Amino acid sequence: MNPFTVLDGLVAPLDRANVDTDAIIPKQFLKSIKRSGFGPNAFDEWRYLDVGQPGQDNSKRPLNPDFVLNQPRYQGAQILLTRDNFGCGSSREHAPWALEDYGFRVLIGPSFADIFFNNSFKNGLLPIQLGADEVDELFRQCAANEAYRLKVDLAAQTITRPDGKVIAFDIDAFRKECLLNGWDDIGLTLRHADKIRAFEAQRRAEHPYYFA
Amino acid sequence: MEAQTLYEKLWSSHVVHQEADGTALIYIDRHLVHEVTSPQAFEGLKLAGRKPWRVSSIVATADHNTPTDHWDQGIQDPVSRQQVETLDANIREVGSLAYFPFKDERQGIVHVIGPENGATLPGMTVVCGDSHTSTHGAFGCLAHGIGTSEVEHVLATQCLLQKKSKTMLIKVDGELGRGVTAKDIVLAIIGRIGTAGGTGYAVEFGGSAIRALSMEGRMTICNMAIEAGARAGMVGVDETTIAYLKGKPFAPAGEHWDKAVAYWRTLKSDEGARFDKVVELDAAAIQPQVTWGTSPEMVVTVNDRVPDPAQQSDPVRREGMERALKYMGLEANTPMTDIRVDQVFIGSCTNSRIEDLREAAAVAKGRKKADNVRRVLVVPGSGLVKRQAEAEGLHEVFLAAGFEWREPGCSMCLAMNADRLEPGERCASTSNRNFEGRQGAGGRTHLVSPAMAAAAAVAGHFVDVRTLG
Repeated sequence: MNPFTVLDGLVAPLDRANVDTDAIIPKQFLKSIKRSGFGPNAFDEWRYLDVGQPGQDNSKRPLNPDFVLNQPRYQGAQILLTRDNFGCGSSREHAPWALEDYGFRVLIGPSFADIFFNNSFKNGLLPIQLGADEVDELFRQCAANEAYRLKVDLAAQTITRPDGKVIAFDIDAFRKECLLNGWDDIGLTLRHADKIRAFEAQRRAEHPYYFA
Repeated sequence: MEAQTLYEKLWSSHVVHQEADGTALIYIDRHLVHEVTSPQAFEGLKLAGRKPWRVSSIVATADHNTPTDHWDQGIQDPVSRQQVETLDANIREVGSLAYFPFKDERQGIVHVIGPENGATLPGMTVVCGDSHTSTHGAFGCLAHGIGTSEVEHVLATQCLLQKKSKTMLIKVDGELGRGVTAKDIVLAIIGRIGTAGGTGYAVEFGGSAIRALSMEGRMTICNMAIEAGARAGMVGVDETTIAYLKGKPFAPAGEHWDKAVAYWRTLKSDEGARFDKVVELDAAAIQPQVTWGTSPEMVVTVNDRVPDPAQQSDPVRREGMERALKYMGLEANTPMTDIRVDQVFIGSCTNSRIEDLREAAAVAKGRKKADNVRRVLVVPGSGLVKRQAEAEGLHEVFLAAGFEWREPGCSMCLAMNADRLEPGERCASTSNRNFEGRQGAGGRTHLVSPAMAAAAAVAGHFVDVRTLG
């Protein structure tokens, strides 16, 4: 996983609540057995006017001019503003894979669905939860200013707006450490292999019927 | 000792290690695996030169991509076939407790085959790369969906990194009315607390109406906990749980059975246990539910009308409602019973078990599919469910009514196989998600119970199943 430290990035707004993972990456693209290459199909049904299929040349497909991420001013965005319950529905990790492959590194919203939230951290994608009023203000500023950028500093846990205001955000200490260092979860967990073995042996003795 | 909730008991019996910020390593007893969310995990494991920690925890099946007809022709879509064959190869290489591949007589939806084979047991932690893993919580276990990175993590370490959730009790007391089912209870719950109402919580379902449900009904409710935002839903163990498990292939037997049952009987919330949040519903007041929009929380009773966004004061919500109505091709204030359907889907990990099929068949018996309904798919949850239904003659009821009787799988719940809606088609579906495009690009989904789906199939539009007699 790529470490995340500081990002000064262009912001794009996706002003709707309950964006589900079916919308982020439709099911036909889940047939892939790879982890990469989902970016061109992120938000496929909103982004294109035709129905997408795996293996297409996406550069030749008709874009939906009404979809916000297709607007010229948001090309190259790395920070996505979202509304409540972003990432709800299916546990497909293809959703954060698609967002990351599209170019996003930070998501900012009032709330995220649990499984999506977890999956994001595993892929160097930082979801930041802010108060609804803070998010509203970011939506307003983003709409009012072309080339609106935010600076996200993970170590300091701050977002700095162009007007100089600094917004603090919360993150679990363990997740922060993993993301800052780009650590592999599995490697970290295996440091506790002896503890896992001991736990397992005891559980097997107490509840042998779980180990049939 | 302080009174504990079921969740606290399950959590504390699985903590292997805890970090200073509360992040814990949780031991995983059962790992369910299917073809869509596992290939990248197996590949990651191999690339890192790691071996699975305990293959006897793995129960696998192919369900999402598999066709539900013409099994003699195999899987036609080459991309789907490759994914299923990749699972075959991965399981062949690493091993498992059980594998039910495509065409196996016990193949089926992963959340149907686990319980019916006794591979899901009370007191376990159960994970799967699928959000509807919450289903298994019906057995008094801690069960939730995980992403593919976590699938790899569980394969490699038999553990998951987790933070303890808050606890919520959803208490449904009283007696359900005739024609009202577990599906209506859970849709009513989601209508009440919203699709993010359970975010951050482990939800326990309790109360006399839940206790009165069969295991099938409890699974339907826990299945949709995720639709209320809760990763895990659960029901305490009682005699219904124990009776269901006795004699199942992977359930303990003999001396082990007695020992297990003694432990399982403790797996319920203690008297006086404190929950962070309690929500109460009156079962008698719950009516048959139908969703009208593109989120499961957009739900009304069948005798209501399509809601009017003009009545909504919150601008984000109002816009969401307007967008949903546009997508669904509906006008505000239309009576739900005026909405005609093009297809009906009876199946999915929510409602494809034997009891669901019995409920649908009871409505279909002696009736015919309405002419305006293009297709009614009945897709049993597993090969075992299919055979049981056929032994009871349910398939003949469906076929006589003009419904199609298919092979088991996820089918049109998410339309990864050939079963799908055409753009603009409207469907009464017993599945769990009415998201845009879920059942096919441009398709319009209304979530209902199996009885209400069968009623819509014979009436050609939504109808209160209680009025069919």
